[in-house]
Amino acid sequence: MTRSVRGGLVTTLTWVLVLVFFFPVFWMIINGFKPEAIASSIHPKVFFSPVTTGYQLAMDRGMKGYLINSITASVTATIIAVVLAIPAAYALSIRRVKNVESALSFFISTRFMPMAAVVLPLYIILKNLGLLDNIYMLAVVYGAVNLPVTVWMMRSFFLEVPFEIVEAARVDGAGLYREIVRIVLPLVLPGVAAAALISFIFSWNEYFLATLLTSNAARTTPPFLGSFVDGRGQFLAVLSAAATIAALPVILAGWVAQKQLVRGLSMGAIK
Amino acid sequence: MLCSKRALTAGAGVVAAALAMAACSSGAVSSGGGGGDGKNVTLNLATVNNGQMKDMEKLKGEYETAHPGTKINFQVMEEGDLRAAVTADVASKAGQYDIVTIGAYETPQWGANGWLVDLTGPLKSDAAYDVDDLLAPVREAISNDGKQYAVPFYGESSILMYNKEILDKASVTLSANPTWQQVADAAKKVNTSSRAGICMRGKPGWGDLFAPLTTVVQTFGGNWYDTSWNATVNTPEWKQAVTFYKTLLDTSGEKDPVSYSFNECLTALKEGKAAMWADASVAASMLEADDSPVKGKMGYAHMPVDKTKESGWLWSWNLAVPATTKNKDAAIDFIKWATSKDYHKLVGEKLGWSLVPPGARQSTYDLPEYKQAAAAYAPITLDVMKSVNPKQPGVNPQPWVGIQYVSIPEFQDVGNQCAQLIADYLANRGTVDDALGKCQGIAKKAGDAHK
Amino acid sequence: MAVTELDTVVAQTATDKRRVKTTSKEVWTARWLLLPAVLFLILLTQIPFLTTVGYSTIRWNLLYPNDRGFTWFKNYGTALSSGDLWPSIVATVVITALAVVFSLLFGMIFALLLNRQFRGRAVARTLMITPFLIMPAASALIWKYSMFDTNIGILNWLSRTLHLPVISWSTEHPLLAVIIVLTWEFTPFMMLILLAGLQGQDTGILEAAQVDGAGPWRIFTWITLPHLRMYVEIGVLLGAVIIIQVFDPIAILTKGTGGTKTLAYLLYERAFIGLDVGQAAAYGVITVVLTIIVATIALRTLFKVFMAGGSR
Repeated sequence: MTRSVRGGLVTTLTWVLVLVFFFPVFWMIINGFKPEAIASSIHPKVFFSPVTTGYQLAMDRGMKGYLINSITASVTATIIAVVLAIPAAYALSIRRVKNVESALSFFISTRFMPMAAVVLPLYIILKNLGLLDNIYMLAVVYGAVNLPVTVWMMRSFFLEVPFEIVEAARVDGAGLYREIVRIVLPLVLPGVAAAALISFIFSWNEYFLATLLTSNAARTTPPFLGSFVDGRGQFLAVLSAAATIAALPVILAGWVAQKQLVRGLSMGAIK
Repeated sequence: MLCSKRALTAGAGVVAAALAMAACSSGAVSSGGGGGDGKNVTLNLATVNNGQMKDMEKLKGEYETAHPGTKINFQVMEEGDLRAAVTADVASKAGQYDIVTIGAYETPQWGANGWLVDLTGPLKSDAAYDVDDLLAPVREAISNDGKQYAVPFYGESSILMYNKEILDKASVTLSANPTWQQVADAAKKVNTSSRAGICMRGKPGWGDLFAPLTTVVQTFGGNWYDTSWNATVNTPEWKQAVTFYKTLLDTSGEKDPVSYSFNECLTALKEGKAAMWADASVAASMLEADDSPVKGKMGYAHMPVDKTKESGWLWSWNLAVPATTKNKDAAIDFIKWATSKDYHKLVGEKLGWSLVPPGARQSTYDLPEYKQAAAAYAPITLDVMKSVNPKQPGVNPQPWVGIQYVSIPEFQDVGNQCAQLIADYLANRGTVDDALGKCQGIAKKAGDAHK
Repeated sequence: MAVTELDTVVAQTATDKRRVKTTSKEVWTARWLLLPAVLFLILLTQIPFLTTVGYSTIRWNLLYPNDRGFTWFKNYGTALSSGDLWPSIVATVVITALAVVFSLLFGMIFALLLNRQFRGRAVARTLMITPFLIMPAASALIWKYSMFDTNIGILNWLSRTLHLPVISWSTEHPLLAVIIVLTWEFTPFMMLILLAGLQGQDTGILEAAQVDGAGPWRIFTWITLPHLRMYVEIGVLLGAVIIIQVFDPIAILTKGTGGTKTLAYLLYERAFIGLDVGQAAAYGVITVVLTIIVATIALRTLFKVFMAGGSR
């Protein structure tokens, strides 16, 4: 009796905390459906007749082009990172190079390196090559940022592959390509998915490099969001609508693939 | 380390492929660059996220229809981001923009550096553009050595705005040219526990706090530098002005001034939480907007003064063409269109007459529809804009042109750091002598570089 | 010490038999496999860094295009004597440490609450992870304008309703504002990792402890916490690696005011607002050197966690 009452209390407390925590997201979503004057009111209103002007305005301002750029950059970056990481992780787990630790250190230390420290030279180099404001160049840079983590993740997945399977394939005379693509990869597909998901999320959400290395043609969504802020006037509804659109793909991907998310976030350390 | 020719090629291959893909790509937002052949041109335009600029974005279709083959691609950014992005681009000659929006502060400096296309000739030769119709002080502020490097999209000065209803109830009257002392007295009388007598900016930032504060300092007889670039921040005039500002805020200002800038004061005035406000003249059009609760209840006066005759500031957002553009002629054509008399009429007809960009052209103030729509504030705006003197806004001569800023590259940094120091004083976290002493050191370092 | 420890850990991993009988051909195969990734990273991180080192020795401010020349180490002198560096290091450490600690704390609370069986647990968990998934630029903007804002922010609506003074969060308490946003973003991250740890607990041991009469607090401190240690280490380490480089909330909320100018923001400011290439490069090199020192320590822990974890 008392036990179930306590259980009910804890459940209620859990829900209250979860909802408080979630509130900013909820508020963002409903503000996106408010008329501008209601969204910017000093007295917050939860009940109102919803409008889609915020969403319309955001799309009218050309949001689609920025979303396409974001998709291009994130997908390309993810492909680059995964394609380069598979052989590298293979060499660090199944077909081992001698200095696994130093190779792993090299990879992860590039992730530690603050991009901010090199971004101005990078800007000048890209400017001289005529590659500023180029969406594929941005993807290449993202690929480099994501590669170390992807290598670490993939390695921990490869380590789980029973060596007997690889050995059997070798005895059968499978070549290296066959060994990787036909035998091992299918076994670690969930791991590849986790790595790809993390790489996609980080690229989609990236703001710093996107702000500095793109200007027009290759501008992605995160820096575009700031343009909804108005120096002089009300803008909360349209900003909330745009932010909701921008956040949606990753939210949905994360919701669907919660299990991969945990594995990916811990760089494969958590099974 | 590990090396082999085949591996090297394999490794380089991925990168090379990616780079090759990069080199021949064209993004989704615009096809970028374009040729200068007059057939298909895409003009990349960087601008600030203010309403008037977004109106221009809405109307760009009109221009594109009239000029087939020309596409205008807008990049709207928050002021700080715009400044960083455009400055880096123009200074490093990256050439990503064909048209940039820059303030009165940057224009003469960049012009002198040779970063901007000199527009003097193209503007003068076009009789229909009527360059002499542009307001003289605005033009002066964006010229260097007699050459005009930008065209003003809209301009503003600062004025005093007050809620007539509140002042009438307290039987307070203000002349059209009040002094700061009169304004301080009036503010005190109408100040209540739930309503500030006056709202003034206190948010740190050279463009926030220092826009009004520099004009106060100047009318009290102080300035940033003397004619030979000696910093003059630790002078009695500065101390008097800054102390006055703080006392004004303490006795009758909003409760947490350090978080107030333009938008916060606008809301306060609209909601009746403040009775007076000295700020950008463009605010009047928002107080008189249809959805404003104080529409028709406001009175307007010149910016309060102490030792000078006028104390309004002068700011304009301008369109300029970086020297690196490949589409110079198309870019000049567009910025002429966007600042033409016809554009002003177009805004009036398509979007509403009160939205016509103010403070750029004399003829705007002669348009009957605009006169009617902006009757409450158009005359005083024009009057103030024509009477300010950007060559010598203060009591003493100064070695630069400009009012609420110093046109040297270091000023942003100096202004921001000093604003943080003075904001600390306003919030009772420091003393005035300490703030001004430190600020003097910062300003001196910057000034010495220009001796 | 750490090195030998590392070696033993590696030797213990389940994979050591793969080392036997490696012919020189196989060694080369492995090297080729590694090469593309290594070259790619060298091209995109090491070359810009070497350029940074080069730039750090020249006088080159983009705002003064005609004044350019070699200055040896003058830029380092200016950078070190400017007084910007130390406050930035402090800001970076304070923000990273507090955000990690708070998100770990909240993450632990939520992980414990969500580890129970209750109605709608899956939904609650899904809602909980959303803040981590939201685009950080969007989070910062939403917090700035719809939570922290003096007039229309919800926090100040709460203050007014409760007759408390109105607080202008991002100007009066910039440091706190940044930490709040980061904590909000990273609590789900910690929660997910800790939840995975909790769910990996041996229920048999817990039941046995209960039978032995141990209270919930005792079970938590004696059994659960030690079990979670590895997960806490992973969370802290990976969280810190991300947060230490964080830029978005600072750029959007505070622009580096009020003790929030982290090294990442300082570097950005020197490079893209100061536009002094030489100076910015000197700051960059100093930061990288500092990072190497920190990373060396972090790497040892990382290896310990991962090599041990990898064998489980």
